[in-house]
Amino acid sequence: MIRFENVGLRYGMGPEVLSDISFEIPQGSFQFLTGPSGAGKTTLMRLLFLALRPTRGLINVFGQDSSDLSPGVLPAIRRRIGIVFQDFRLLDHMTTYENVALPLRVIGQPESDYRTDVEELLQWVGLEDRMDAYPPVLSGGEKQRAAIARAVIAQPDLLLADEPTGNVDPTLARRLLRLFSELHKLGTTVVIATHDIGLMDQYEAARRLVLNEGRLHVYD
Amino acid sequence: MSTTEPSQAAPVALETGEPVRRRGNAVVPASGMSGTALVVVIAIMAFLAAITIGLVIAVSDAADGWAGELSSELTIQVVPVEGRDVAVDAQEAARIAAQVPGVVNARVLEEETLRALLEPWLGADFDIEALPVPRLVVVTIDRDSPPASGSIGDALADTVPTASIDDHQVWQERLKIMANTIVSAGTAIFVLVLAATVLSIVFATRSAIAANRNIVQVLHLVGAREGFIAWQFVRHFLLLGLKGGAAGGAIAVVVFVLASWFSGLLIATPAGAQLEALFGSFGLSGDGYIAIAATVLLVAGLTALTAYVSVLRVVRTMV
Repeated sequence: MIRFENVGLRYGMGPEVLSDISFEIPQGSFQFLTGPSGAGKTTLMRLLFLALRPTRGLINVFGQDSSDLSPGVLPAIRRRIGIVFQDFRLLDHMTTYENVALPLRVIGQPESDYRTDVEELLQWVGLEDRMDAYPPVLSGGEKQRAAIARAVIAQPDLLLADEPTGNVDPTLARRLLRLFSELHKLGTTVVIATHDIGLMDQYEAARRLVLNEGRLHVYD
Repeated sequence: MSTTEPSQAAPVALETGEPVRRRGNAVVPASGMSGTALVVVIAIMAFLAAITIGLVIAVSDAADGWAGELSSELTIQVVPVEGRDVAVDAQEAARIAAQVPGVVNARVLEEETLRALLEPWLGADFDIEALPVPRLVVVTIDRDSPPASGSIGDALADTVPTASIDDHQVWQERLKIMANTIVSAGTAIFVLVLAATVLSIVFATRSAIAANRNIVQVLHLVGAREGFIAWQFVRHFLLLGLKGGAAGGAIAVVVFVLASWFSGLLIATPAGAQLEALFGSFGLSGDGYIAIAATVLLVAGLTALTAYVSVLRVVRTMV
């Protein structure tokens, strides 16, 4: 599904923050991306989402070389990827319901088609009472759940989540992991960036991609 | 998963008991974009454009009127020479000219009329017979099938050799040059006003995108196409363009109506009558009002198109 070959990345003229990264994410797999703070997990996630271009090397996403992608093709690829950012990136002027429904709204689906799905998903992540609330009044955990719901509402082929349980209590963290696990069972490929050892231990079948000092080690 | 039950806390519609959902928010809020100030700028630009195009059409119509009146007449001048009776020559010239195909009629200007024309310069008591005053024959020609070029002159050449023809070509040329100059200048001003409008929109659009950068980024990450993102901005600017354009166009129409009304009042005075004779009545024709309406739509369309192109250019750099 995704293949990195000798990928390196540097910001400007600075040193390489990622060096010689080579790995493959098979379709239907579940992996944790871990490593110490500042190891480059978020940068690697952004490369996976094609929000950054590598300085060198090759990234192949869904069978297409990222360097050959035209801007017109990018939205179609991004619709196959759901992403949860550490800073949530919710739109403050839209309600929780509208934020979660956004990926379906941008593809032109009428609201009547997705209303039930969005409400059910919000109920599943425990936000049924916060559907009409705006992000500024949500707690960190509620924002996190809304961001996760937005990432999965369109049932993406690949789910990328950057520290998705960083702001929630252990009980909710387990529940969210179960959501990711169920999506995985339905065929979604999952990559979760986390440094929460406890979370990774709850899903031992998952691969572990460990980033350290800009280099990646894969533990199947 | 089961369908969500409305929570106790959710607001409920009084009539239906259904939960009230706040789900009508625009993807890009209007509050983050330029509003009133831009509408005023567009209104001013639309006003200037509408006034310019209105004046150009008014001048063009007036010039057509002058040219039409002049080209439907020509004058035969019969000069007095020794040995010939100028009055008889003038009558003969009128008779011959009237027989030329394309001439509607030809009449000798009466002595009284000639006397009245010369009175401002020579006074009331001059003897017209004592002066070598040429006689004038006014020839009205059929504008739809005018006489062939030179045909009147050829017809007169043998019988009335003292006749010369003034077909007002010099006046027509001068009027044409003046009207063309005004129309060219007006068109240049119109284009400049539109260019200034485009630049204003470009800056306003860039500012709107900068203010909503985080929204554009989120739209990218949920897979929105460039066209979808651009439309979120364009519909806002189209609305501003229509509001501003309509306001500017309406003010321009009011100005033309008031100007026409004032010129109507002035016609009652001798100066006004002279102006009316020279320039016709000041006012917009139906074409002028159509042109102003078209200008309003053009300004609104240009606003939307500029916003669309501008947003696309910026959005592409943010992929």
